[in-house]
Amino acid sequence: MTAPRVVVVGAGPAGVRAAQALVEAGVRPIVIDEGRRDGGQIYRRQPDGFTRTHAMLYGSEAAKAQALHHGFDALREHIDYRPETLAWNVTAGQLHTVHASSGETATLDFDALIVCAGATDRLMPVPGWNLAGCYSLGAAQIALKAQACAIGSRVVFMGSGPLLYLVAAQYLKAGATVEAVLDTSPAMPTLTALRGLLHRPRLLLRGLALMASLRLGGVKLMHAVAPLRIDGTPGGGVSGVVVRDARGAERAFACDAVGMGWHLRAETQLADLARCEFAFEPVSRQWLPRIDVCGRSSTPGVYLAGDGARILGADGAEAAGRLAALAALHDLDHARGRNLFASEQPALTRTLATMNRFREGLARAFPWPHAQAAALPSDAVVCRCEAVTAGELRRSVFELGSQEVNRAKAFSRVGMGRCQGRYCGHAAAEIVAAAAGVPVELVGRLRGQAPIKPLMMSTQEHE
Amino acid sequence: MSKPLPPAGSGGRFVRLAETDRPALHLRIDGEPATALEGDTLLVALLTHGRRVRTSEFGDGSRAGFCLMGACQDCWVWDEAGQRLRACSTVITEGMTVRTTPPASLWPVTPDVAARERGEVLR
Repeated sequence: MTAPRVVVVGAGPAGVRAAQALVEAGVRPIVIDEGRRDGGQIYRRQPDGFTRTHAMLYGSEAAKAQALHHGFDALREHIDYRPETLAWNVTAGQLHTVHASSGETATLDFDALIVCAGATDRLMPVPGWNLAGCYSLGAAQIALKAQACAIGSRVVFMGSGPLLYLVAAQYLKAGATVEAVLDTSPAMPTLTALRGLLHRPRLLLRGLALMASLRLGGVKLMHAVAPLRIDGTPGGGVSGVVVRDARGAERAFACDAVGMGWHLRAETQLADLARCEFAFEPVSRQWLPRIDVCGRSSTPGVYLAGDGARILGADGAEAAGRLAALAALHDLDHARGRNLFASEQPALTRTLATMNRFREGLARAFPWPHAQAAALPSDAVVCRCEAVTAGELRRSVFELGSQEVNRAKAFSRVGMGRCQGRYCGHAAAEIVAAAAGVPVELVGRLRGQAPIKPLMMSTQEHE
Repeated sequence: MSKPLPPAGSGGRFVRLAETDRPALHLRIDGEPATALEGDTLLVALLTHGRRVRTSEFGDGSRAGFCLMGACQDCWVWDEAGQRLRACSTVITEGMTVRTTPPASLWPVTPDVAARERGEVLR
């Protein structure tokens, strides 16, 4: 038989391990990477000419980052690697891509598509979050990791999830001034959450060590806060953060930058365009594509791995990427792939099951504060792209009868701007659901639309 | 409780913490000369010089990027030819010129636009 045409989207931990499994089986995949270099966001490589070591950049994860980078370097001759390339659409058996700087397009026929699209920060709007100087936690980390910069001279970190503490600790260690770390989650996780977290005790300890290092460094750490507003001026940007503490008192922190995020949200647009089925997951309160234990989606030939399918983190992404690639080869009746799949599948699925229980523990310990999102004041901006307020979004429910997010989007433009709902979509669904008086899963999810990111007017596809 | 903030507009928003031993590159931001370091993204070049990347076209003030990973599209600027650049994923080159206002704002005002700005309705 002719060699199967396999395309991998993404070159983070999942994409790299998927490509590696394919190469081991004797298949030469095309690897589409939006980044300039492999590594994805978590193991993002600094530009040439930067001299910090892996240990300085990735801390306790340095060995894993180095292994992934070296693994990818060894693959380069055996794959068709296309960096700085956006996969902007999926149609039946075809992936559509465009190169960032040249604008060159390609339409790639595939027998199997392995989507490792990763995740972004999950954001909850806070009044004033559209001021200059507000960044996602991921942005704060990228500024440091890829450019050796802090996002400001005095930074407040706010939100919840492991990244909150990780980025704050990295800033502290790098010599930045961290004014406060403000967590919306309670100080003590529930027993159910703790049981989940104990599935990866070393990771749990590492998290506790990060918190301890922050306290030791004199950083103000607060739990169970309710964000009230980010102060500042339209011209000058951020000047402070105000929260309500666990006792109900208002606490203000002066700063010139805020890094904020509530754990992560999966990048699922390509899965959506490939017509994969989705299901609402109550524990994380987000819609995720349905996958089996090996990463098979409901669409034949389309496989999903890494944080773009389930937020398992980098270790889970490595296992899921490898397993999805082997499952794809198994399904294509590829002899060597079938053998590898048969021998590795049991252990990989066991690993993933453990990581999934930990993931659920994390989601419970650092819950998405959906009630706060739903209660966003009416004059606060919910859509940063086009400065649309929560009041305008609610008007689409109260006056125009929107009971579904795509309809509310059509009326209010929330979710229609430049980011295409990546940063407002989850909160918008909570606001619409609360206004309509229905559970959030009944208002649906913003549908992914092609192009999944803006293209240039000059982009031309060739037949 | 804490030290006063530096006044808005003084210096850059981003603070370099390491890797400052790189060759300098020269660029022009809205016509003004500026210096940055080899390997900087355009976003870092803009924000080590000033406190904004662009002005929101929806009237809510300055913007300075948000996600730095090419997802939010908050950091669009333009080159002299009017080509859009996403500052967070554009690496600077020697002699680069960049505009933080959209090319349309530099277009000549046509009679219909002038009339609309005067509040007149053209028939």
